[in-house]
Amino acid sequence: MSLGPAEVAKIAHLARLAIRDEDVPAYARNLSAILELVAQMNAADTAGVAPMAHPLDMTQRLRPDAVTEPDQREHFQAIAPQVEAGLYLVPKVIE
Amino acid sequence: MHEKTIAQLSAGLAAGEFSSEELTRAFLERVERFNPQLNAFITVTAEAALARARAADQRRHRGEAGPLTGVPIVHKDIFCTEGVRTSCGSRMLDRFVAPYDATVVEKLNTAGAVMLGKTNMDEFAMGSSNETSLYGPVHNPWDLAMVPGGSSGGSAAAVAARLAPGATGTDTGGSIRQPAALCGITGLKPTYGRVSRWGMIAYASSLDQGGPMARSAEDCALLLGAMAGFDPRDSTSADRPVPDYTALLDRPLDGLKIGLPKEYFGEGLDGAVAQVVEEAIAEYRKLGAETVEISLPNSRLAIPAYYVIAPAECSSNLARFDGVRYGHRCENPKDLLDLYTRSRGEGFGPEVTRRILVGTFALSAGYYDAYYLKAQQIRRLISDDFQRAFQQVDVIAGPTSPTVAFRLGEKVDDPITMYLSDIYTIAVNLAGLPGLSLPVGFAARLPVGLQLIGDYFAEDRLLHTAHRYQQATDWHLRAPAAFA
Repeated sequence: MSLGPAEVAKIAHLARLAIRDEDVPAYARNLSAILELVAQMNAADTAGVAPMAHPLDMTQRLRPDAVTEPDQREHFQAIAPQVEAGLYLVPKVIE
Repeated sequence: MHEKTIAQLSAGLAAGEFSSEELTRAFLERVERFNPQLNAFITVTAEAALARARAADQRRHRGEAGPLTGVPIVHKDIFCTEGVRTSCGSRMLDRFVAPYDATVVEKLNTAGAVMLGKTNMDEFAMGSSNETSLYGPVHNPWDLAMVPGGSSGGSAAAVAARLAPGATGTDTGGSIRQPAALCGITGLKPTYGRVSRWGMIAYASSLDQGGPMARSAEDCALLLGAMAGFDPRDSTSADRPVPDYTALLDRPLDGLKIGLPKEYFGEGLDGAVAQVVEEAIAEYRKLGAETVEISLPNSRLAIPAYYVIAPAECSSNLARFDGVRYGHRCENPKDLLDLYTRSRGEGFGPEVTRRILVGTFALSAGYYDAYYLKAQQIRRLISDDFQRAFQQVDVIAGPTSPTVAFRLGEKVDDPITMYLSDIYTIAVNLAGLPGLSLPVGFAARLPVGLQLIGDYFAEDRLLHTAHRYQQATDWHLRAPAAFA
């Protein structure tokens, strides 16, 4: 599978990742090469093989639905790019 | 003092030959003197280290010291450290000061280990040469023109150059074992779930695993004993007791059955590396082990499957970096989409970008079955290969890396060639098994690593197998001349 510049731009949009126009062709080449490597999977017959999501086939533990975390808002917001009155600031979402 | 192993330093501290403060000063002086050549550290925490060393000395006076109390170590900069920058080698987190300690950090702090600083790494642990770091490449102490391996390259170089006796690393596709091999040290990737992932910045969550890096297997046993254990904060943490890894080291190897996968000794393996690995296996036969050829027939599928699973999980994990709550934010975003895309575009380097894009593509509508599902099925085939092998043998051995350390810059523009550096390590992550690399000699004056692979939770057996070899040989004691 080979990807062209338009497809790379579309994937970058899905990933919410800005890529400079001049870098798109190089990413298209790299990604196509990676997908070519990945295509070696097709040589394997996997009909009827159960997919393995977790190395130990463990199921995720559940914990009681109870509050376990203390309020550390100030501590955590100390590293935020922009906060005001305990809120995270972002550009206006609704005009 | 710097030439001593952790076990020897621990004994020296216990006997009162030196204090932790003296020891810590000695290592900090070496860091100051040698790190400019190596670039192994992103952050040096000298003052905090000395304070912690003094606290360790007081704890010893109170009779409350354990084997790691007062022993200096370094952490890969992927582990969150409260109040200390935790960059993950990325512009995205260049100014991120972690608000809490990772479980591994907390456990080693509790054991009394003294953190000297945070080590350099490939950006978000994505790389095999430590060249994708925002902070520049790490140099291999055996030859400064060579890469140290990656992604835990800073930890490996720091231990090899005797800037620290032990380190933490993480391994998603070989990131502990490959740099350990290329720098001539011992490194262990434990069974998936053995060491908590809480506070360890996520790359590919079904593969990521933290582990120890040190000069000897004995030292790795000491570190793993402190790092491992159940953690309710990690939903995939293994809820089972941690054995005393050091208690099991000295048994003889008689009767140990070592499997040699024929797929690990074929095309692509450097001839000089193969010869050193064969000599190490011959040494094992002298020590009483029996070797048998085995087959892991799906080995060639490991890299293709990995480059679907790891990027897919990476694209999902790294979606959290949105420029809102922490991490890099672009200047003057015009709207929310602009804030997301430019913050991420500026924050991530090319290799991380490549993997996010591959993963986003593989998970996008219409492609799931062909990529992610297929890769998970292959993961099962690879895991089944190992399980069949472990019905026949106790441990699997082979080269850790197909070559010795390569030149800085040699592969950095060719992702596919770079990916092949992990050809022998990746399958172990896919299966979730423990793997260890130990130094077994030199090819072209650069270290060669032997990889030992064990069944689930057989860390004790791997450490024991490596320790017996290290009792009979001295490769793990060799120091690079410039840093001896």
